[in-house]
Amino acid sequence: MSAREEILGRVRSALEGVDRTGTVPPAPRVTPVADLVGRFAERVEDYRAVVERCSEADLASRVAAALPAGARVVVPPGLGVEVPGARVDDGLSAAELDALDAVVTEAVVGIAETGTIVLDHGPGQGRRIISLVPDRHVCIVRAAQVVADVPDAIAVLDPARPLTWISGPSATSDIELNRVEGVHGPRVLHVLVVD
Amino acid sequence: MSATFVGMPAFPSAARAALADTQLRHNLAHATGTIRDKRARVVAEVEEWEDLRLAGAAVKQSALVDLDRHLVRLEETLTANGATVHWARDAAEANAIVARIARDHDADEVVKVKSMATQEIGLNEALAEEGILAWETDLAELIVQLGDDLPSHILVPAIHRNRAEIREIFLREMAGVGRPAPADLTDEPAVLAGAAREHLREKFLRAKVAVSGANFAVAETGTLVVVESEGNGRMCLTLPEVLVSVVGIEKVVPTWEGLDPLLRLLPRSSTGERMNPYTSTWSGVTPGDGPQEVHVVLLDNGRTRALADDVGRQALRCIRCSACLNVCPVYERVGGHAYGSVYPGPIGAILNPLMKGTGDPQTDSLPYASSLCGACFEVCPVRIDIPEVLVHLRAEVVDGHRGDRVPKAEAAAMAGAAWTLSDARRLAWVEKASGLAGRALTRFGRTRLPGGRAAAGRIPGPGAAAWTGARDLPAPPRESFRAWWRRTDGGRTDHTDTETGEGS
Ligand code: SF4
Repeated sequence: MSAREEILGRVRSALEGVDRTGTVPPAPRVTPVADLVGRFAERVEDYRAVVERCSEADLASRVAAALPAGARVVVPPGLGVEVPGARVDDGLSAAELDALDAVVTEAVVGIAETGTIVLDHGPGQGRRIISLVPDRHVCIVRAAQVVADVPDAIAVLDPARPLTWISGPSATSDIELNRVEGVHGPRVLHVLVVD
Repeated sequence: MSATFVGMPAFPSAARAALADTQLRHNLAHATGTIRDKRARVVAEVEEWEDLRLAGAAVKQSALVDLDRHLVRLEETLTANGATVHWARDAAEANAIVARIARDHDADEVVKVKSMATQEIGLNEALAEEGILAWETDLAELIVQLGDDLPSHILVPAIHRNRAEIREIFLREMAGVGRPAPADLTDEPAVLAGAAREHLREKFLRAKVAVSGANFAVAETGTLVVVESEGNGRMCLTLPEVLVSVVGIEKVVPTWEGLDPLLRLLPRSSTGERMNPYTSTWSGVTPGDGPQEVHVVLLDNGRTRALADDVGRQALRCIRCSACLNVCPVYERVGGHAYGSVYPGPIGAILNPLMKGTGDPQTDSLPYASSLCGACFEVCPVRIDIPEVLVHLRAEVVDGHRGDRVPKAEAAAMAGAAWTLSDARRLAWVEKASGLAGRALTRFGRTRLPGGRAAAGRIPGPGAAAWTGARDLPAPPRESFRAWWRRTDGGRTDHTDTETGEGS
């Protein structure tokens, strides 16, 4: 018998006589807050990320200011803002990306309750690798993309796409439970919330 | 099964050794205390927490009671998404599948995301036998691997090591397996993390094959989910060409929406954060982005045995948050190694016997590694009633020893009690005798129980000595209730405090 048949057979006999009906109660919702975007900004900041709010008109200059002078920057194809001197990703290798300093991307959803940014790696966000290897991630989130909580995000996200949920810079608490920013992912997360 | 650390003694002897290690006890008390406080703070922030727990438990339970259907569906959707699905009955079968995939790509090394399932099956050792090196990339796992040590906590495997010990390990061991630690390494956590970053980056950049587990596997959509903090997970899931994920069959979540209560419950329960830094989801292969060859190994290895246990089935809801470890008074004092398994603490005390079956002394000792205080149930985000399962498994262990030629101490003590209690005359006699013993024991009692009651040190007799060796027993009262009733005419003529003579 194949492993598949045997395991499924064991499952079936383990469940013999077990009542398979049963309801899953809907998960509770958080009490809505009036200022969703404000809550989002505040909670992202709690993770020791840099958070700035700006207007669409100021965006390009804010992005430029978020990048250290002389930084080598990569951007995904389709980014909605001009980043002078940046290299547009055309399939850069991991080693090539490792030689760059920063990346600028957009996002698909912001979650206010948890201060989380979600990327689905579509246009303006790029391949997963580009927002991972460079040490500084400048991420643009539009106010209209901010939702209240995790279930709202799950409802709008497409499971067929790869998703990266980001809540603050890379961190570890493995040494005596001290939170230290930055192990393997970007050590600086700079979020621009566009109102 | 290779889930028991080789040569591990049963819990009581292992615990005694661990208790003697004062550094270990200090590290553990600090770590579990810190993480308990963090958890309590962020859980208090969620008014709907209890309803969230109910929802989380229901999602996992609904997956378990219909597991065959969901597994078949998961296989279908994964395959449609371009992944290759493998099934493994046990550890050896799973290890062989992973080794074969690595060999097919001429890989002599793989990078790994921290995964309980691969530890459970002893994957690193199995790959090493095939000449394939497995690099752990989670910081704590790296500390454990470099220190040639065993993990002691689900979430913080190096919880038993302090910063000075970690610095020593890095300085001594990194050079032998790759980029050395800088000579001026200090024991600042940020500096140590920086050294790990440099050391592992060269491995990430050259690795062809990565191995991961998964926190959840969504049947409806063929999506795997990995929850992590450091970004080592993202590195493994994104950079190599080939990704193999070893997924226990109990990780199934029926629907995409079902992820909701779980993704809210897990980070708050485990690291005490509103959300962990990184969560990655992927559904098979995404052309032009990430690994272009994706394998999923669905692992049984005792899970169907646990599934067949009507009381124990709920243990398979576990999302490995480790909250139950951090609140457990037994775990806090002895640490993870004494449990002799990659699954320590309260959840380990039930999961190991459920998955392996009772019958060997090490596994049989685990359901007793608890004071049944119930703190584990209270914090469990998916409401696993661990005390209930512990008691159920104790009964199973005892049943397994019926007919032994030499009865276990507990059985002897209980048999004696049954003999005494079944006859009123015998009871009266024993009560008198134990009243005398009670006076003696109160005098020589080593300790007092919480609340100030006197405790008996050890009670005499062969079976009883072993039974009370690790337990505090209240000293018997000097006068039995029956004797007191006779003497005082049911309390009508009583003016003395017969317990201790002290006013209360
Ligand atoms: S049993 Fe519950 S509390 Fe313990 S690790 Fe599993 S999910 Fe967490």
